[in-house]
Amino acid sequence: MDIIVKDSPLVTVKDVRQTYDKGASGQLVVLDNVDLTLRPAEIVGLLGRSGSGKSTLLRAIAGLIRPSGGSVTFQGQPVTGPCSGVAVVFQSFALFPWLSVLENVELGLEAQGVLPAERRKRALAAIDLIGLDGYENAYPKELSGGMRQRVGLARALVVHPKLLLMDEPFSALDVLTAETLRTDLLDLWCEGRMPIEAILMVTHNIEEAVLMCDRILIFGSNPGHVIGEIKVELPQPRNRLDPAFRALVEDIYARMTTKTGAAAPARDGLFPGTGIAMVLPRVSTNELAGLIETVAATPYDGKADLPPLAADLRLGIDDLFPVAETLQLLRFAELEGGDLRLTAAGKRFAESEVDERKRQFAQQLATYMPLAAHIRRILDERPSHKAPARRFRDELEDYMSEEHAAETIKAIISLARYAEYFAYDEEADLFTLENPS
Amino acid sequence: MVFLPNDRHGQSAVAAFLRARLLPNRHDLIAFALVIAAIALVLHGTHDMRASMEALSNAPVSLDIGHLPEYALRTTLRMFAAIIASLIFTFIIATLAAKSRRAELVIIPALDILQSVPVLGFLTFTVTFFIGLFPGSQLGAECASIFAIFTAQAWNMAFSFYQSLRTVPRDLDEVSRSFGLSAWQRFWRLDAPFAAPGLVWNTMMSMSGGWFFVVASEAITVGNTTVQLPGIGSYLALAIDQKNFSAVAWAVGAMAVLILLYDQLLFRPIVAWAEKFRFEQTASQDKPRSWVYNIMLRTRLMKWLTVPFGWMWDRLMLVRFDGGKTAAQSTSVSRASGIIDRIWLILVLAVTAWGAWIAFDYVHQTLSWGDAKEAFGGGLVTLLRVIILIAVASVIWVPIGVWIGLRPAVAERVQPLAQFLAAFPANVLFPFAVVAIVATGASPNIWLSPLMVLGTQWYILFNVIAGASAFPTDLKEAASVYQIRSWTWWRRVILPGIFPYYVTGAITASGGSWNASIVAEVASWGDTKLEAYGLGAYIAKATEAGDFPRVVLGIAVMSLFVTLFNRTLWRPLYVYAERRLRLD
Repeated sequence: MDIIVKDSPLVTVKDVRQTYDKGASGQLVVLDNVDLTLRPAEIVGLLGRSGSGKSTLLRAIAGLIRPSGGSVTFQGQPVTGPCSGVAVVFQSFALFPWLSVLENVELGLEAQGVLPAERRKRALAAIDLIGLDGYENAYPKELSGGMRQRVGLARALVVHPKLLLMDEPFSALDVLTAETLRTDLLDLWCEGRMPIEAILMVTHNIEEAVLMCDRILIFGSNPGHVIGEIKVELPQPRNRLDPAFRALVEDIYARMTTKTGAAAPARDGLFPGTGIAMVLPRVSTNELAGLIETVAATPYDGKADLPPLAADLRLGIDDLFPVAETLQLLRFAELEGGDLRLTAAGKRFAESEVDERKRQFAQQLATYMPLAAHIRRILDERPSHKAPARRFRDELEDYMSEEHAAETIKAIISLARYAEYFAYDEEADLFTLENPS
Repeated sequence: MVFLPNDRHGQSAVAAFLRARLLPNRHDLIAFALVIAAIALVLHGTHDMRASMEALSNAPVSLDIGHLPEYALRTTLRMFAAIIASLIFTFIIATLAAKSRRAELVIIPALDILQSVPVLGFLTFTVTFFIGLFPGSQLGAECASIFAIFTAQAWNMAFSFYQSLRTVPRDLDEVSRSFGLSAWQRFWRLDAPFAAPGLVWNTMMSMSGGWFFVVASEAITVGNTTVQLPGIGSYLALAIDQKNFSAVAWAVGAMAVLILLYDQLLFRPIVAWAEKFRFEQTASQDKPRSWVYNIMLRTRLMKWLTVPFGWMWDRLMLVRFDGGKTAAQSTSVSRASGIIDRIWLILVLAVTAWGAWIAFDYVHQTLSWGDAKEAFGGGLVTLLRVIILIAVASVIWVPIGVWIGLRPAVAERVQPLAQFLAAFPANVLFPFAVVAIVATGASPNIWLSPLMVLGTQWYILFNVIAGASAFPTDLKEAASVYQIRSWTWWRRVILPGIFPYYVTGAITASGGSWNASIVAEVASWGDTKLEAYGLGAYIAKATEAGDFPRVVLGIAVMSLFVTLFNRTLWRPLYVYAERRLRLD
């Protein structure tokens, strides 16, 4: 009997699809056909880049949003709104600044109608469990980030949830604090001191996922979908230096930087869309140049393994991948099997002086960035050498959402300004060929 | 059941503990005196408010100085009643607008228009209406006066609250929903606290404006109804009527004391308390202080006495009507709801058009296009006055404000003074100007005009001081390292730096000036009447004559001018300042 109960899933997600209306041009798909089963006694990680819809999935399970399609069930019941067996821990801690630590922890109990005396008793127990004794009367603004997230955890645990949802719970903390909190949470979990049956956490930190989770679902972007599932069978506590651990991390890096399946040949790099319709991330040109220089220098000498590179630069995948992928798009580098390798153009760029770099950059833009070439061609054709940016945003909105179009235009402005490929006047929202001299 | 330990040492410790908690300390004494005095004054004042009209005509307002404290109390209570009414209005209407898309469609444009309608013009209708509501009782006239103050305060408070509700941080919203807080709990735990700092600031601004209207609305003549409610405003009106200069001076003094007390006893404590609702995750450096609030914090007995209220409040929080179910947010709008939206919009537009037609028809029956032309001409003259006066006030106060703001020691002392001057009802000072004009025989068309900005110019001053004080030190240092001086310094450094603050101040000042024109363009001293040509005078005369169609026309024209003026000048400037010149 017990075994049957243990095996029945806590959460079942079937064919969940999430779309947003984007006006005339139809819908924007952020989650596409996602399936997920969460069983008791496991920690499952949703790993992916920002914009891969993993937070949206978490919110659908929490009952905070209703997905456009598919079904979510919790303990066999369809989820139609927030239910009492689920608690959420937020990346930003989401503490009420006008409530003390104790009052913040009591909040969920108050919503359940628990009387003050009982509320206090349970809140103090949770505060004790999570290591916050002595801070009961402090206000969140007096606490450090780590302490604040402990309040967030205590507030979630005090309502005795069956399922704990965590949305990038440690990503707003510094490295040391995050590690302490992870270890403390794992200790409580392994010792069975929390009244929780399962944890589902969203993260973009590959090592964190491997360290904490029993199962990792890797999400791909645009639209968000599961591209792979990895079981982590290493015993707790896990050691980051363990070769088996390193191999798993390496494997995930490789999976996340590989062009996926059938769509690959049509895509130019990893960004969604093709030609001028490609959605571009905003990347600082200093970071582009900096990454080329770092990879060109020792110890990498033109070819860097991504995990150590990320650790070396203290960059998370959300910071590192867009830069690396933009380099790939411009053919300054290639991403393959978890490695970043400079091309001949990339090596030449690393050895050049400022003006020469700008010239090379402009050349790569013209050859490999269709949108940049398109804008430049229009500016060349017009006698005034001017064109409103609005016109290009409208053109892009045929292929992508309004926000993506605005972001893409901003990205192209940043690249073009560095390369002095064309100029942009913010006040008039105008592309021009003239740079003030 | 209280557990008492057996040993003597323990017992005495418990006794000492109990004594320490329950025995009043010296802070208790002061707090107790303040609270008892407040309760007694409120009871006394409200009792008088319900007296009959005959009582008022039997014992009319007199210039006896002994009566002045009593009058001050009545004026204060009116302010108080209006502020409470404004708060209730704000909580209900702004919450409705923030939570319901369809209500928002009606409420927000309505608030926007009401903000620009000259409040004093309302008096004509409200006095008639409220006196009809409570025949034979002073309560009717009291309500009319309170309503006048309310109309000066409520709109911007509601706006501020609405804007706060719309910007509640998403993560806190999600926490509230995931825990299933009831609408009632959510309002008091999330919405109201988050909106508190903005609301308190706006309430303070509203109060500043409110003093002006309480003075203007106590002594009212509409057609052949003349009401003089006991209060500082009526005292002043009588003093002007009797050309009693020393009584005017007493009224000015009483007003100053009143504003100071209100600030010290009510607003400072509230501002100090509201500090904890500021939504920032780091502790800020200079917190607003209040001695009254500190006393309240240090009391022992008072705290103990308020425990039952805390308990009741806790219980009240647990009340819920919705059966404990919150639904998930749907991201797409269903087709049916979209159609209802459209029907709703059409309905709203139809009712608005119908209302406009009724008003037009009413005015059209008695008035000709010539009257419209006259009102419009007056509007142009008043517009010219407002523009020139704001320009002159800016030229004077911007350099002074910058000079003060860049010197923290001076700013610290001048800033409260500027805020006090902004709150001080300028209409109390009008008699001095009128006497001067009469004595020198100067042209009222020119010299009555400055009265319009007399009270409102201070908004420019204290906003500029705030802007200059907040100007970043590194930019100041950069400017002096690169030796940017004189005109270049003004044009490139400080003017762009304070511009957002200046615009905020100037918007408030110009709005106030339009309103003030109704009392400033017509002034009297005994039998001497001074009048300047303008829309304000037009409305004032129509009110006095009880000529309703002309009042409606005047108000409509002024609302039109104010709205257009705001849309074509201030709003673009504000948007520009927010977009380009914000330093944080």
